[in-house]
Amino acid sequence: MQTLIQNLIASGAFGKNASPDLVAAIVIFVMSAVVFLGVAFPFAGIVSWAERRVWARIQSRVGPNRVGPQGFLQWLADGVKNVCKEDIIPDEADSPLFKLAPYLVMLAFTLPWAVMPFSSSLILADMNVGILYMTSVTALTVVGVLMAGWASNDKWSLIGGIRSAAQIVSYEIPAGLSIFPVVMMTGTLSMQNIIRGQGWAPQHWFLFANPFTFVAANILYISALAEGNRTPFDLPEAESELVAGFATEYSGWRYLCFFMAEWGNLFIIGAIITTLFLGGWQFPHVTNNVVAMNVLQLISFNVKVLFLVFVSMWIRATLPRVRIDQLMTVCWKYFVPIAFVNMIGTAVWVAIWPDGNAAMGYVMFAGGIALAVVFIQRVIYYLKRSRMEVYFNPTI
Amino acid sequence: MSTLHTEEMTLNMGPQHPSTHGVLRFVVRADGEVMREAIPDVGYLHRSIEKIAEKVGYHGFMPYTDRVDYVCAMFTNQGWGMACEKLAGIEVPRRGEYCRVIAAEFNRIASHLLSVGAMAMDIGAVTPFTHAIREREMINDLIEELCGARLTFNYMRIGGVAWDLPPGWREKALAYLDHFDPILEEYNALISWNKIYVERLASVGVITPADAINYNLVGPNLRACGIKWDIRKDIPYSAYPDFEFEVPIGAGDWGKLGDSMDRYVVRIREMAQSAIILRQALAKIPSGPVLAKVARNFKPPAGECQIRIESGRGDMGWYLVSDGTGYPWRVHVRTGSFAAMGIIQKLSAGLMIADLVTLIASLDVIAPEIDR
Amino acid sequence: MEPLQILERVKNRFGDRVLETVDKKPDPFSVVDPRAIVEIGRFMNEDPELAMDCLSNQSGVDYKDRIEVVYHLFSYKHRHTAVLKVKLPRENPVIETVENIWKSANWMEREIFDLLGVNFEGHSDMRRILMPEDWIGHPLRKDFVEPAEYHGISTVRESPIIRLDTKKK
Repeated sequence: MQTLIQNLIASGAFGKNASPDLVAAIVIFVMSAVVFLGVAFPFAGIVSWAERRVWARIQSRVGPNRVGPQGFLQWLADGVKNVCKEDIIPDEADSPLFKLAPYLVMLAFTLPWAVMPFSSSLILADMNVGILYMTSVTALTVVGVLMAGWASNDKWSLIGGIRSAAQIVSYEIPAGLSIFPVVMMTGTLSMQNIIRGQGWAPQHWFLFANPFTFVAANILYISALAEGNRTPFDLPEAESELVAGFATEYSGWRYLCFFMAEWGNLFIIGAIITTLFLGGWQFPHVTNNVVAMNVLQLISFNVKVLFLVFVSMWIRATLPRVRIDQLMTVCWKYFVPIAFVNMIGTAVWVAIWPDGNAAMGYVMFAGGIALAVVFIQRVIYYLKRSRMEVYFNPTI
Repeated sequence: MSTLHTEEMTLNMGPQHPSTHGVLRFVVRADGEVMREAIPDVGYLHRSIEKIAEKVGYHGFMPYTDRVDYVCAMFTNQGWGMACEKLAGIEVPRRGEYCRVIAAEFNRIASHLLSVGAMAMDIGAVTPFTHAIREREMINDLIEELCGARLTFNYMRIGGVAWDLPPGWREKALAYLDHFDPILEEYNALISWNKIYVERLASVGVITPADAINYNLVGPNLRACGIKWDIRKDIPYSAYPDFEFEVPIGAGDWGKLGDSMDRYVVRIREMAQSAIILRQALAKIPSGPVLAKVARNFKPPAGECQIRIESGRGDMGWYLVSDGTGYPWRVHVRTGSFAAMGIIQKLSAGLMIADLVTLIASLDVIAPEIDR
Repeated sequence: MEPLQILERVKNRFGDRVLETVDKKPDPFSVVDPRAIVEIGRFMNEDPELAMDCLSNQSGVDYKDRIEVVYHLFSYKHRHTAVLKVKLPRENPVIETVENIWKSANWMEREIFDLLGVNFEGHSDMRRILMPEDWIGHPLRKDFVEPAEYHGISTVRESPIIRLDTKKK
């Protein structure tokens, strides 16, 4: 982004006497607004519609299909409805904290978009601590959720808030430890440099670089799901027990803040995994036209992230919820040791092959293809066995 | 370091909560996540159905029996019919008995589908519930053809059933059963052996066989503790002696014997057995009348009797006292959910709050049955 | 064992505390002395020939001159049933609890207390179960008159038919 701005100033697009700092500030401001208002928030809304449709098709239902074509405007209708609702604040609730909590959670959702690498030059701020910034800023949700749980003056909200805080803080550790293998392999924390360290072809992705990063990617994905309060780790919002957990007393647009943050987090989870393990925006160099290349890279990034978002929704529709003590057991007794092993393994790997081992990439990629083939075979087997009529058309 | 000062929380799992088991309330004393005690508070659905029986007469009470347990309405109908028939010495024609069994076993499948679906939803998996309801919809359509109602059937009468099977119904029922068996396997593949699900259910809420008998638990709850007792086999009534079927019991394969997983698996297996009974019944059904001749102003002789039938929730006991007039003197229904609620307070010590939901769901408690 | 044989055995053991044995179709029953119910219950539970380990149903019946508590006992071991009854006066029906023998009696006796007003001595938790805690009266009694209102909710509904019949303004 900085080079883009400098090029534009140098080419005189803003006039001869433009002060570089002022121009840079205004451009960044405008771009941030575009990203937040044009990408982040609408995405959070659209994914609510997409989640309902994906869920419904998995559950043999149809999902929203009335408001707009294929129900696409459902999220707008829900948003308008939530905003128009009465703003109820319980009498005994701690008013300043109660009102502040949704803002903190929204902050945790909004800040990571500053380092989201959409394409090789479309990134708001290519910090050289990009990935570290992203993971640390998403942890702000803990403060917001705890605040919401406490300030609601409701024992069930308190339980939900404490559960959520414990869960997010615990799963930060495997998530952080799973980032280290990639950092070790590239030697940098910057998002763009990590992506440039991979190639466009799957065998050059860090996912298939060596078995340790493969496992680390899975651990990172599951830990990120746990941090985002998604099933199977959605105990804080366990519907059948706590109605809505820490957000029980919230109504109207404050409630919307919490859930937009959760849905938008899906994109952030996908973006982290895509950047680190799936090659980010990498696309084969088919043209010398910078704009066209950027567009293709943008599409590549989005396809990968949206696939991961779809997988998150799929998992949520299928799996039940784990109990809080089982959640902690999984984190501390299984994920943390495995993440440590990954880290040490990758360190040894990098020591032996500092420039990476291309052959291992091909082997792991072949293994990945084999896994996918087995999975698809099982799906077809179950579909055939149940002799159900399957409707593959999602727009039914 | 001095000991940490901790307090016990008293929570209210109120009458309104997003669980489908009805209007139940628990006062939970919890130390963090671990409960000390969960005291059930019932009575929110008390409609004085037993007293209404004394006012509306024998024939008029039949629709009220549907409401005693609206998920298993055929069984309550059958229980009331059988109580009056036993007292008055009426014999139901063979075809009527077969129709009763067919309707009841379809109702059993529907009730168990709702139970396992709701249980999966309480544990957090939303998909099995919709699949179970989808299958139940087809049963509801079949029964709607049979008797006109989808939930509170009022299908049986004193002396038999109200209407005969419509033409073509047998074929539709058999087609449904052909469709149902592999669906049960698919359902099992989706949720029953899922690792997370098994971890949530195994060894949660273990009931020993001695406790089960002492607290008068019945039905799948009792069979899950390893006790092979099914009224259809052991005190056979209606047309059940004509059919061959098995009685699934729990074996403690995933955890301790008598835990929630056993209760869940027993229900799944019972559905398969019900399908077997239905096939036999639909194949062997004799011809003839379906309703015995019973007087309009039905006056059984003075006396009393007790009937036990195997409802979806277990052994449902009907105690009927008659004084010779056209109105019953006393009707008492002892339902399986009533006893199951009695044991929850004892089992809840040491469980986590998330496990309380699992426990209630696995005991298949239905609120109208408790309160009547 | 047949129900009559079971009741015979109890009568042989307890003599005149079993007041009468009625051989009525379809279910014969025995009326026992209320003060002996716990002993008889314990004997029926522990005797190896009877082994009545389950109190299958416990109900109260309000006859105009007395209240009866009916115990339907069942044995999982021998698969036989028996029926015991006690007759209590209507003014102050009191009987000892059998909760210590069969735990299922806990909730069933609470229900009989709630709906019929029978006091069970020694019960661990004698409070109303189906009706609200502050309800007055015992609804299943034959002479129960519903109160006109409960916490401001009226239980009387005016029927338009009655209004048309009367001539008042």
